[in-house]
Amino acid sequence: MERVLDIQSLRKSFGNNEVLKNINFSVDKGEVVCIIGSSGSGKSTLLRCINLLEKPDGGKIIYNGRNILESNINVYEYRTRLGMVFQQFNLFNNLNVLNNCTVGQIKVLGRSREEAEEIAMKYLKVVGMDKYINAKPRQLSGGQKQRVAIARALAMEPDVMLFDEPTSALDPEMVGEVLKVMKELAEMGLTMLVVTHEMGFAKEVSDRVVFMDKGVIAEEGEPEQIFNNPIQERTREFLRSTLQAV
Amino acid sequence: MSFQLVKEIFLDNWPMYLRGAGMTIVISVISTILGAIIGLLIGVVRTIPESATRGKRVILKVVNTIFSAYVEYFRGTPMIVQAMVIYYGSALLFDIHLNRFVAAIIIVSINTGAYMAEIVRGGITSIDEGQFEAASAIGMTHFQSMFNIILPQVIRNILPATANEFVINIKDTSVLNVIGVTELFFQTKSITGNNFKFFESYFIASGIYLLMTFTITRILRHFEKRLDGPQNYDLVGNQMQV
Ligand SMILES: Nc1ncnc2c1ncn2[C@@H]1O[C@H](COP(=O)(O)OP(=O)(O)OP(=O)(O)O)[C@@H](O)[C@H]1O
Ligand SMILES: [Mg+2]
Repeated sequence: MERVLDIQSLRKSFGNNEVLKNINFSVDKGEVVCIIGSSGSGKSTLLRCINLLEKPDGGKIIYNGRNILESNINVYEYRTRLGMVFQQFNLFNNLNVLNNCTVGQIKVLGRSREEAEEIAMKYLKVVGMDKYINAKPRQLSGGQKQRVAIARALAMEPDVMLFDEPTSALDPEMVGEVLKVMKELAEMGLTMLVVTHEMGFAKEVSDRVVFMDKGVIAEEGEPEQIFNNPIQERTREFLRSTLQAV
Repeated sequence: MSFQLVKEIFLDNWPMYLRGAGMTIVISVISTILGAIIGLLIGVVRTIPESATRGKRVILKVVNTIFSAYVEYFRGTPMIVQAMVIYYGSALLFDIHLNRFVAAIIIVSINTGAYMAEIVRGGITSIDEGQFEAASAIGMTHFQSMFNIILPQVIRNILPATANEFVINIKDTSVLNVIGVTELFFQTKSITGNNFKFFESYFIASGIYLLMTFTITRILRHFEKRLDGPQNYDLVGNQMQV
């Protein structure tokens, strides 16, 4: 197995609030890893540290064999290798759907407009938004926005896609369309790291589930095992409360 | 006042009024644009995130302090005083004898820039952090996200405030008569120096000022609407190949 990301002893504090305490885990090529855990356990912070939107305090992030926390690494280039999908979509409001998916390709990767549009259309088709290329973000529903945001990230053709609760800001009737797209991406063999509260999705789609609690990885394993046979008491506790709430 | 007299004064002096109004417009247009550019540049620099390297941090701090002092000084003092200080100061301290027109542009531009810097800062911070983050996440640098994503939205958002500055500038260029710039107020003063009909002559000037500010406001509002683009979008048919 080719290892894409290897997180070693990662630490991060905000002031005296230690949010990530010694995190160790890895993602292999083609793997779908879901991160679950209660609110405030540090899931978003972990993802944001991985693409350096937050600066980790210590540890290593090994990407394709190189520690990207070393100072000689080009952060901007590294970030193009990771696609990020945010809870709040964060589409560029001044650009229409097509240009949301081409601006990074053109300005950052230096692709020609034609090539960028061709690639953008390819991924807009994957998420089923190719008919909406002329729409501005404010003219779209939440589910549509999120699908465009996924296409925007895919269009950079990253090695890993990071999703931070991509369906949490959506009305219930739109959650399905986004999860369906993500499931298709998983089937296409994309490497994905997904923070989610959608236990059904985690169970069905992921190769591995990571349960985070208070800044540490409390338990990790195949979905079968985590959901049916959790070892740790706190995993059981968490699953009981979330599954009840649904 | 007789309407007849107003008409006579206008017919006798219209070339002077016209030249004055022209000068007022030219100074206001150029200075508002330059001021907006100053404001945008300062806004972009002021929102640069803190750098990891010490040297850059110090430079940024110094630059930002200078900008703050600039904004405070020009917002906190009357333009009529600034005009005197800059016009006579440049001659006395630096031995630069400014052409009155150039001096006028400089004064109004940097005065407008101080106000625009604050407006732009507000405009940048009003754009949600998420778009910055999304831009960073696809590998854009601070300047790339600024120019491609943030500033186009900021410019749209500050347009009403810029239009407002423009209107203020049309009116406030009248203080430039103290350094002898031949704008509308200065010309009107000259006219009254000959005819001693103060009320009628200034009444005409007020009408011209109003005409200018009213027209400018309408034009800019139309421009804002055009920038917003169409309200609806067309779905692209399946048959269309891109
Ligand atoms: N920029 C920040 N400054 C200070 N504290 C922060 C910051 N970002 C996150 N935190 C704190 O870090 C902790 C972990 O937050 P994080 O957002 O990673 O949790 P999470 O697991 O993603 O939660 P949720 O499921 O609600 O999204 C919280 O206590 C939060 O208050
Ligand atoms: Mg979160």
